[in-house]
Amino acid sequence: MAKIKMTTPLTEEKVKALKAGDQILLSGTIYTGRDAAHLRLIEALNRGEELPFDVENQVIYYVGPTPAKPGEVIGSCGPTTSYRMDDLTVPLLAKGLKGMIGKGQRNATVIGGMKTYGALYFAAIGGAGALIANAVKKSEVIAYEELGPEAIRKLEVEDLPIIVVIDSTGTNLYETERAKYATEI
Amino acid sequence: MRTVDVSMIKESIKQMCKDANYFIGSDVKSAFEKGVKEETSPIGKAILIDLLENAKIAGEKEVPICQDTGMVVVFMEIGQEVSLVGGDIKEAIDAGIREGYEEGYLRKSVVSDPLIRTNTKDNTPGIVYFDIVSGDKIKIKIALKGFGSENMSRTKMLKPSDGIKGVEDFVVETVSLAGPNPCPPIVVGVGIGGTIDKATLMAKHALTKDVDATSDLPHIKELEEVLIKRINALGIGPQGLGGNTTALGVNIEVFPTHIAGLPVAVNINCHASRHLEVIL
Repeated sequence: MAKIKMTTPLTEEKVKALKAGDQILLSGTIYTGRDAAHLRLIEALNRGEELPFDVENQVIYYVGPTPAKPGEVIGSCGPTTSYRMDDLTVPLLAKGLKGMIGKGQRNATVIGGMKTYGALYFAAIGGAGALIANAVKKSEVIAYEELGPEAIRKLEVEDLPIIVVIDSTGTNLYETERAKYATEI
Repeated sequence: MRTVDVSMIKESIKQMCKDANYFIGSDVKSAFEKGVKEETSPIGKAILIDLLENAKIAGEKEVPICQDTGMVVVFMEIGQEVSLVGGDIKEAIDAGIREGYEEGYLRKSVVSDPLIRTNTKDNTPGIVYFDIVSGDKIKIKIALKGFGSENMSRTKMLKPSDGIKGVEDFVVETVSLAGPNPCPPIVVGVGIGGTIDKATLMAKHALTKDVDATSDLPHIKELEEVLIKRINALGIGPQGLGGNTTALGVNIEVFPTHIAGLPVAVNINCHASRHLEVIL
């Protein structure tokens, strides 16, 4: 299948045009955030504070990279498992977040939020952190530096290979593809 | 008595932490290559090819295969004719981890208290198991355990009447529920028997074996073969995006148990099955 080139920020039109199974080469700015950063983002929203970056039309990548070796932009940076962010996701979708990159299942609440607000869930290849690092051209910590690998980073990526797993209609590639190959129930 | 300075143990642990993170095991590489030949899903096959490419880049640049460089699990078998000198053995092990993770640009993924959750910033402490054995050697095995797969692991106390079918079904159900989350293709470590802690420890220890290892016990070897077939028939495939390469291997360890019990533990490992051993 041909890979589709796409640039951030995402828009409602871009989100609606993509379907589960589409293979994407993503370029532009994306933001990293995982467990501890998500807790802080939601706490900030609950207190009525501004977020450290405007999530509207943006993409969050669930990743905690390894330290960059001298001369490198970033260390290994594959996706972490997404379900741990499930309870901390819908308020960000309500603020306009349009995409999430991770690996593994999302729950019905997140998928419901993606349908309501129009967002995409992408998978990157888990455990391919050295390969994925080649697509990262810039990396800068912009919030929660004390969280170390869990700090929020602003990344510039070029042709980051990802696949749409759950689209804005709720179609879920994990379910449709598994069913094609399953002979043991 | 043979005398061994604990600084030798520290140096071995430090080097193993780096090497296991940078260099894919030949067992895992062969399993990927077999998967590329046998995988029927086009997406699945493409993912396996990317994982081989990832391993090549990691080895050449000496960067981690995966950003989850794991919590370090150490199994030490110490010969009873060895006298350890030069300091505290547990401190030496943690010093090896600390230096390996700092010098090796590896991620520090350990928090000091499970509820307060402050990063220890040096990936210590390791999880260490000591065993005293005959002889005058020291065997050190390490497993760098990522938590995407650790989180999908389960232990259950079955009834004796559940038998081998009950064990099979629990293992397959565990992998099925895990689905795409633990970074398939996975390696499945199983412990059967003992007590709840013993079963779980055997499941972890099973992950220090090569993925293509088989049990010496005929009925357990047969169970390993049945399980890999059933698991690969679940359709999960590489990264959960469909296919018949869901597990690269199943390793089972067993131990005597109580007349009332049949403990079973399933410890799932991701495809980045990083394990090394050295004998001093």
